[in-house]
Amino acid sequence: MTPVAEQSTLAAAFEAFKAQPAFRAGGLASAREAAFNRFVDAGFPTMRQEEWRHTNIQPIANTVFGLPASFEAEAALVEPFLFAEHLPHRVVLVNGRWSTALSSLAALPSGVTVRGMRDAVETVAPKTAPDWLVKASAGMPFVDLNTAFAEDGIVIEIAARAIVAEPIHVVCLNTKAASPVMVTPRVQIRAGEQAQAFVVESYASVSGEATFTNALTIVDVAAGAMVDHVKLQREAPTAFHLAAMFARVDRAGVFRSHAVTLGGRIARNDISATLAGDGAECTLDGLYVADGEALVDTHTTIDHAMPNCPSHELYKGILAGQARAVFNGKIIVRQDAQKTNAKQTNKALLLSDHAQVNTKPQLEIFADDVKCTHGAAIGQLDEDAMFYMQARGIDFADARNLLIHAFAGEVLDGVKEDVVREQAMRLLEQKLALWKV
Amino acid sequence: MLLSIRDLHVKVEGKDILKGLSLDVDAGQVHAIMGPNGSGKSTLARALSGHPAYEVTGGTVTYDGQDLLAMAPEERAQSGVFMAFQYPVEIAGINNAYFLKAALNAVRKHRGQQELDAVEFMQLIREKAKLLEMNQEMLHRSVNEGFSGGEKKRNEIFQMAVLEPRLAILDETDSGLDIDALRIVSHGVNAQRDANRAIIVVTHYQRLLEYIVPDFVHVLSAGRIVRSGGKELALELEAKGYGWIDSATPRGPERSEGAERRDKRVGVGPHAN
Repeated sequence: MTPVAEQSTLAAAFEAFKAQPAFRAGGLASAREAAFNRFVDAGFPTMRQEEWRHTNIQPIANTVFGLPASFEAEAALVEPFLFAEHLPHRVVLVNGRWSTALSSLAALPSGVTVRGMRDAVETVAPKTAPDWLVKASAGMPFVDLNTAFAEDGIVIEIAARAIVAEPIHVVCLNTKAASPVMVTPRVQIRAGEQAQAFVVESYASVSGEATFTNALTIVDVAAGAMVDHVKLQREAPTAFHLAAMFARVDRAGVFRSHAVTLGGRIARNDISATLAGDGAECTLDGLYVADGEALVDTHTTIDHAMPNCPSHELYKGILAGQARAVFNGKIIVRQDAQKTNAKQTNKALLLSDHAQVNTKPQLEIFADDVKCTHGAAIGQLDEDAMFYMQARGIDFADARNLLIHAFAGEVLDGVKEDVVREQAMRLLEQKLALWKV
Repeated sequence: MLLSIRDLHVKVEGKDILKGLSLDVDAGQVHAIMGPNGSGKSTLARALSGHPAYEVTGGTVTYDGQDLLAMAPEERAQSGVFMAFQYPVEIAGINNAYFLKAALNAVRKHRGQQELDAVEFMQLIREKAKLLEMNQEMLHRSVNEGFSGGEKKRNEIFQMAVLEPRLAILDETDSGLDIDALRIVSHGVNAQRDANRAIIVVTHYQRLLEYIVPDFVHVLSAGRIVRSGGKELALELEAKGYGWIDSATPRGPERSEGAERRDKRVGVGPHAN
């Protein structure tokens, strides 16, 4: 270990991980070592860095996280997060480790394979991890941290022309820990040419000491393929959740992302989509709900690298208490990306005088024949609408809930799986019931 | 007496608008409130509905034996008071039918009736929609969103038909209506005239009263009723103009000396700060 690495709050955890078989499995050891050193060199981001200007992660940087001590969970504990009846195909990670007992992949439709990251490494000598597996850090330290620690990365592959309508559910459950632990889930989705797939990721935790989820999702959408992705983050109010998602969409491919953030003390999503082929299309939509002292940060980047690509982005936030939110939406239109049509909207509803949102569109346009629109609206509940409903006999709380329902609905209606959409709405309603506005 | 207003004083944005208005309205009657701009017609309508921006500073309003001013807006509506808005509010993302179902069930619950299920509700609104010539598409759009001025007003009277209030206050329902829409809306209102229901029609123009013929006409000026009469008063007003009223001696009741002042903000819900 380098002298710098020794100083890291995560040094002990990394040493502990080195001693586990998973560290070396698949010939990943050197990639992990290099990634951890890069992370330590870069250090935890601070508010002096532009991308972290409004996001104070000192509570994470100052905590010494260890590795999870247990990787088992009672079926009853996991059950409420599974929607097992509606989402029969699932991989369950307990504290970041694949639980075969809780997962259910026997009935996977043909054309889909789901395996562990280590199994995706070439089995013939010399064992090397392919480039797509060891994601470059893209200047983001937590991506390196994920590569260093991801134990059982999940690789979901959809064969070319396979149409898989049934969702594949990835459930990351963090159990109660006696001391702070870091959990490192990693999901890679690779859709072959003209394939179609639907992946739902759920992140949940059981309250206890603060857990730190450092998640990474990598999506590769080949030419003409369609990937629909939903992320439901419902971790405990004490949780830290830093997640990155990278999607690359090839010619005429379509990527749709709906990110629903309902939990966490500090929750950040860095979502980045590259439209890498002519006519590729992406939708990045999201809903975040925060109360108490929670901080929710969404950073998105849509990189229009090629011509004729539409992108749609709608992010909505509902904030109560002293919650804070950050939305930063970057759209890059490269010189070749003529006929780009990009639309970005960010709306936030502040239900208390102390809630706060920082929103920033960031457009970098290098082509001349493009259409890019962006808009941000931050406001309180519409008083006129509230009175109109009350004047029809609907009481204050119900009127407020109807308005919030409608506000959230604009994003949640795009979540194609009913059971997930309804659960997200229910979780929102549970929070609403606790808020006095 | 279904509604009894005594010496009502209402302030809006710090300005006194109603200055001692008294009015009695009984079930089965249609009263028209006329008056020039700024006389306080709409203020009366909105204060009765409990709009939080309309501060009652004096007087009493008794509705069906209860102190109306002590009731939150939703309680008033649940108790059978309905105001058709001059400017109906657009609510994005809330389906018109869904909204109306929530309203109807709130009213029914208050009356001790069972909530209607989806099928019963749809039957009811289909029937009521015919009255206002509302099509299915209008029922399932977001509340008032993208509605024309006339469609919004029809939607108000449609809501009235579904909610079956005991006291309906129509706040300038005729404004912005073309003649066809006026006919539809008036027909909708007239179909709801009933021995058990009182209707207060607030209007600037006599035209509406050709379609909804009132039993009584009251003329408002500077926050008080200055003249009351039968339907012929509207015609007289039309012929002579509001200037005729302004020069006339007020005939409204004098403000009683001992009228209790209300300093507390009345008409807002229990949840307001």
